[in-house]
Amino acid sequence: MAVCVPSSLEAALAVLRDDPDAHLLAGGTDLMVEVNFGHRRPESVIALSALAELRPIVYDPAAAIVRIGAGATWTALLEEPIASLVPALAEAARTVGSPQIRNAGTLGGNLGTCSPAGDGLPVLSALDATVELVSAAGGRSVSIHEFMVGVKRTARRPDELIAAVTLPVLEGFQGYAKVGVRNAMVISAAGACLAVDRVGRCVRLALGAVGPTILRADPAEAFAAEAIDWTAGTLAPGAAEEFGRLAAATARPIDDHRATAAYRRHAVGVLATRLLRRAFPA
Amino acid sequence: MNEQYVLRVNGSERSVTDAWLGESLLYVLRERLGLPGAKGACEQGECGSCSVLLDGVLVCSCLVLAASAIGADITTVEGLPGAEAGLTTVQQAFVDEGAVQCGFCTPGLIVAVHDLLERNPSPTELEVREALSGNLCRCTGYGRILAAVETAARAGVQA
Repeated sequence: MAVCVPSSLEAALAVLRDDPDAHLLAGGTDLMVEVNFGHRRPESVIALSALAELRPIVYDPAAAIVRIGAGATWTALLEEPIASLVPALAEAARTVGSPQIRNAGTLGGNLGTCSPAGDGLPVLSALDATVELVSAAGGRSVSIHEFMVGVKRTARRPDELIAAVTLPVLEGFQGYAKVGVRNAMVISAAGACLAVDRVGRCVRLALGAVGPTILRADPAEAFAAEAIDWTAGTLAPGAAEEFGRLAAATARPIDDHRATAAYRRHAVGVLATRLLRRAFPA
Repeated sequence: MNEQYVLRVNGSERSVTDAWLGESLLYVLRERLGLPGAKGACEQGECGSCSVLLDGVLVCSCLVLAASAIGADITTVEGLPGAEAGLTTVQQAFVDEGAVQCGFCTPGLIVAVHDLLERNPSPTELEVREALSGNLCRCTGYGRILAAVETAARAGVQA
């Protein structure tokens, strides 16, 4: 087994070009579990922990976007400036694991693993994030919706690294909610991110852990845009419940060791209703 | 292929030889370097009993690929400030408050409490509970542990 700890992005990309089968190691919270349990015995690993280029979080107020380096940890994401700029991402970050896990795990790692239960992913989906991929041959940007292909499958080529994610900074309520067997240290059985765009007069709702990858609840979004009085900032009576029903209808959950499909579908509807109520309190 | 690498643990350069490069930092600390303070339980980052500081950041050593920690400052429970003179203030508070039963989770908790009080010398109970949410104890019910953190905070962590 070989372990490479490149000290620059350029060096990392050169190593990856020559060894595209290498496993990329970010915070280790996914890969090391597989290694510890003998489920994976990688021949070569490229550890990204020393790459300072992957860590910056840069806000561009003129363009109203924030670019988050793939190496940003959950701990970094739950603090400023993300707590103010993308509050749903800060909320999602706070629900991930424990302080130890949040200190190690990264947004790029969440993307790279692409678990349907990844807590950062519904936020990226709801905000129509752009994922920046880089290789020794150059860079490209792909929509989050094209990046996430299926259960733990992404559009990343083997010679590419996830460099950063770019998100819009919206005006309006944002929230992330999830359900698991307890309040701390839990992998989502269902999760949902709601982002209100007051300027665009629309809401975005993304569902986690209820499909092969993150699902956008288009019917619920279209319904809410009509049910909201955008001038008064109020919601029509009963609309939050219908929003939840439409969200549950979009879910495509499975039974597994964490929850049944029926429970997941119910839970994700409840989460959607609660989030819309939080956005438009009566 | 086994190679040699050097880790900086508790301020000393320690050579790791004849080790598989896929070993976790927890395994290397315990089995290669004779530092059994960090405990191995879940091996998946759920229990916190293997907590160490990596460049001053609290992490689960079971989730750190040891060979990737080259160049980092690793601090284990054996190397906490104050440990050289016997018990640290936090450790003494755990003893005084009866926060140790079987003791398996204790080293990880001691490291986590040191990390907490370093960043936040007077935490609220809610802040303590959140800071220790990644350290599981199956004996105490946590009441004595919370009391120990309060005692340690009152005494001052470095005193």
